[in-house]
Amino acid sequence: MSDALLSVRDLVVEFPTRKGILTAVDRVSFDIARGEVLGVVGESGAGKSMTGSAIIGLIEPPGHIAGGTISIAGQRIDNLPYEAMRRVRGKRIGMVFQDPLTSLNPIYTIAEQLIETIRTHMDLNERQARDRAIGLLDQVGIPAASRRIDDYPHQFSGGMRQRVVIALALCVEPELIIADEPTTALDVSVQSQIIDVLKRMCADHGTAIMLITHDMGVIAEAADRVVVMYAGRVAEIGAVRDVIKDAKHPYTKGLMGSIPTLMQDSDRLTQIPGTMPRLTDIPPGCAFSKRCPEAFDRCFVEQPDCRPYQGRDVACLLYDEGKPQ
Amino acid sequence: MTDVLVGIENLSRDFDVSKPWLNRVLENEEKKFVTAVNDVSFEIRRGETFALVGESGSGKSTIAKLIVGLIRPTGGQILFDGTNVATRGSASMRQLRSRFQMIFQDPFASLNPRWRVKDIIAEPLRTFGVVEGRAAWEKRVDELLETVGLSAKDGAKYPHEFSGGQRQRVAIARALSAQPEFIVCDEPTSALDVSVQAQILNLMRDLQDEFGLTYLFISHDLSVVRHMASRIGVLYLGRLVEVAEGKTLFREPKHPYTKMLLDAVPDLEMTGRSRQPVEGEIPNPIDPPSGCTYHPRCPLANDRCKREVPVLKLHENTKAACFALEEGRG
Amino acid sequence: MTMDSERLKPPGLWARVFDSDIWYSFTRSKVIMAAAIVTLLIFLGALFAPLIAPHDPFDMASLYLMDSLTPPMWEEGGNPVYPLGTDDQGRDILSAILYGSRISLAVGFASVAFAAILGISLGLLAGYMGGRVDSIIMRIADVQLTFPSILIALLIDGSVRSVFGGIDREQSAFYVLVFSIGLSFWVQYARTVRSSTLVEKDKEYVQAARLIGLHPLRIMASHVLPNVMGPVLVIATINLALAIITEATLSFLGVGIPSTQPSLGTLIRIGNDFLFSGEWWIAAFPGAALAILVLAVNLLGDWLRDALNPRLR
Repeated sequence: MSDALLSVRDLVVEFPTRKGILTAVDRVSFDIARGEVLGVVGESGAGKSMTGSAIIGLIEPPGHIAGGTISIAGQRIDNLPYEAMRRVRGKRIGMVFQDPLTSLNPIYTIAEQLIETIRTHMDLNERQARDRAIGLLDQVGIPAASRRIDDYPHQFSGGMRQRVVIALALCVEPELIIADEPTTALDVSVQSQIIDVLKRMCADHGTAIMLITHDMGVIAEAADRVVVMYAGRVAEIGAVRDVIKDAKHPYTKGLMGSIPTLMQDSDRLTQIPGTMPRLTDIPPGCAFSKRCPEAFDRCFVEQPDCRPYQGRDVACLLYDEGKPQ
Repeated sequence: MTDVLVGIENLSRDFDVSKPWLNRVLENEEKKFVTAVNDVSFEIRRGETFALVGESGSGKSTIAKLIVGLIRPTGGQILFDGTNVATRGSASMRQLRSRFQMIFQDPFASLNPRWRVKDIIAEPLRTFGVVEGRAAWEKRVDELLETVGLSAKDGAKYPHEFSGGQRQRVAIARALSAQPEFIVCDEPTSALDVSVQAQILNLMRDLQDEFGLTYLFISHDLSVVRHMASRIGVLYLGRLVEVAEGKTLFREPKHPYTKMLLDAVPDLEMTGRSRQPVEGEIPNPIDPPSGCTYHPRCPLANDRCKREVPVLKLHENTKAACFALEEGRG
Repeated sequence: MTMDSERLKPPGLWARVFDSDIWYSFTRSKVIMAAAIVTLLIFLGALFAPLIAPHDPFDMASLYLMDSLTPPMWEEGGNPVYPLGTDDQGRDILSAILYGSRISLAVGFASVAFAAILGISLGLLAGYMGGRVDSIIMRIADVQLTFPSILIALLIDGSVRSVFGGIDREQSAFYVLVFSIGLSFWVQYARTVRSSTLVEKDKEYVQAARLIGLHPLRIMASHVLPNVMGPVLVIATINLALAIITEATLSFLGVGIPSTQPSLGTLIRIGNDFLFSGEWWIAAFPGAALAILVLAVNLLGDWLRDALNPRLR
């Protein structure tokens, strides 16, 4: 994977608590190629957002990266000092969060925020920066961009705000955008517009996206490949179509079956018994073993590694050579 | 007529959103109202699941609160088993109240954090006097906990010891405890993860079969609604724009808004699909568009849509409120 | 099976206390532990004053005027019988402090309880009922806030005494103090409880209780009240320190506890007269006791506020 833009290897994120160390992200590895949309899906607490925060270097203390490497275009960024990381964040990695208001400062106009960001990272004068900002707002689909650019964030609707945030994330042409639940707070009709904008912008600018969401439907529409996470670990990585149509990991299978779809009539949804373990009591061996219908004795003692299997990576002992017949 | 359990007739509800009195006087402004629910009529048949779908501002949660009596309607009436809920006397009110219940959206807010789970579940039981004596209600609570897939031991715990899905089970047990016929479910799974959502939806269907419950199911998630509902009403800005059998609605949506909504839902089957771009956003309900409120976003709108308000009319098996349908445009 | 159900029994109260975040944050701070120990010592000293005090300062018969104005034992002319010296009537300062803090704490606790009950009830009513009830209660609170609490206490104290002029001051002083201090503090409780109530009453568990037709008072008492008590506890702790100071101030000004049953404030007032004639200990030791008590209680209050604040955790 020499052409990988972002390369995450054996990433471990730990939170020391008074009851011991919580491993929120446990030896997670994946790559994102240039221009690729990588979906990261999982239930709440699966570590998907924490992985995103680790990449942009914004894990809230006392949490910290306890192992592994993160590199962007071959340069390690997980061990950079704060100031250097801040420049990487502004210039090479853009961010879009669930709540657009966390990314926008309510007391400055959109123009001020966009222009400031552009001029911090690019050698442009005020006039050029403003033109660039208007162009971006136009591209993300804000009508009458040249007039609305002088409005304050509260004067925009939720969907329009999220467009502004996307423009803000894109304004210095980062190589990677980390979008954490970018459409969760939005209505269905607006959600599809935002997905379209994200996809189009990235296609036009060649930007890679790490799309973190709990909504498999959004992944299905927007992503090229998908990482399925469970209890802080990677369960399966593969092309979206493969994972949806022909999941290998028993958790992914259960997850896909539990999603009601518009197309099929079904009386009952497949359900996975139980709930995801809390990070404080992940069982030994495979984290999914206690809920897994196909678990066998090795699953309860041995933690599976993520291995290639039929064109994807699966962390499941069923696909290991030593599988009992 | 006998199979109608809940009848909603011309239901409306306004909310006062004006500024405080002093500001109004100083700034010389009129009182402002938002019409959250506007002239909505439908009926829910005994034993069915009627779903209301809509996006934010559609008034779906307001309708839920109106039906269970948490807020009062500005106009129209609600008939529960033939009795007008608004005019009921206090004696029959208590009796009526025990016949319907509600499951709320947020399982983290719907259980009193300072109460033990068994007390939470027992509260309706004891209030309505369903069972006599502590031993009897404790036994009933244990049964209820097991009915919803928890164990009797869990009664002694506090809500924070449970996950979101388990809390929603507790909320369901509370709703069931007074043996209601009708349960209003306001987005019961939207705060849950998908695999847990599947458990809760399956549980709700099982309970419906077991106890012959009637559900009003409120959701913004069309795929969940498709899975649960026998009939569906689509709301837009406080008005009902389409009512149809579940299968019919998904197979051949009539109203342009329903079509757009169905097209916009991200779905597993739609990888790599390109679709019709969605036009515009939901208008601000304080200042809704004239005529048919959907006309600014509607590809089929004409002058009449801007002036007149369409009413629900039968088109084949579907009731829809749309002039384009009536006139055979589009 | 028995073993199993035994093990799965929910932990008892003490186990939960020692497992809680509060206890954890308590054991992590030396300052807080010191403050707690000091507070506890003063509480115990006040509670068991009759048992541990070397003299009974209220027993006029046991006082020797000969021993009046004895300096502390380590000063020249000091007497080990009176470790911290005596006042102008020959009362032992140490005993007077022990008995005095008893009165100060009693006034403090009683007025905090009075203010809390009044404020919580009015705050709950205002927040839950809203509308006109809310407006009336909160406007009264606003008006009251424009007066300093000392002024209100003086006003009430004065009017009570002019209305009930004939009553025994020794008997009434305590209740007048509690009433006037309590009345000047209720606003804070009312405002806090009202704003928490506004948040809680829109939560779905309150709606669920309304749905089954419970009476509003019942919902307020059994559902809303337990969930708004956290901040009240913090205010009550900080108010305890304030109430003790206010009592001391009023007593210092001469409208509080009479000098026959001196509180800490009364002792400081008595000592104040001798401060410039060299008998510094009469005011200094009660003053130090007051300062230490108030500081310790305040530290506890600050810590409690942080420990109970979920945002700082």
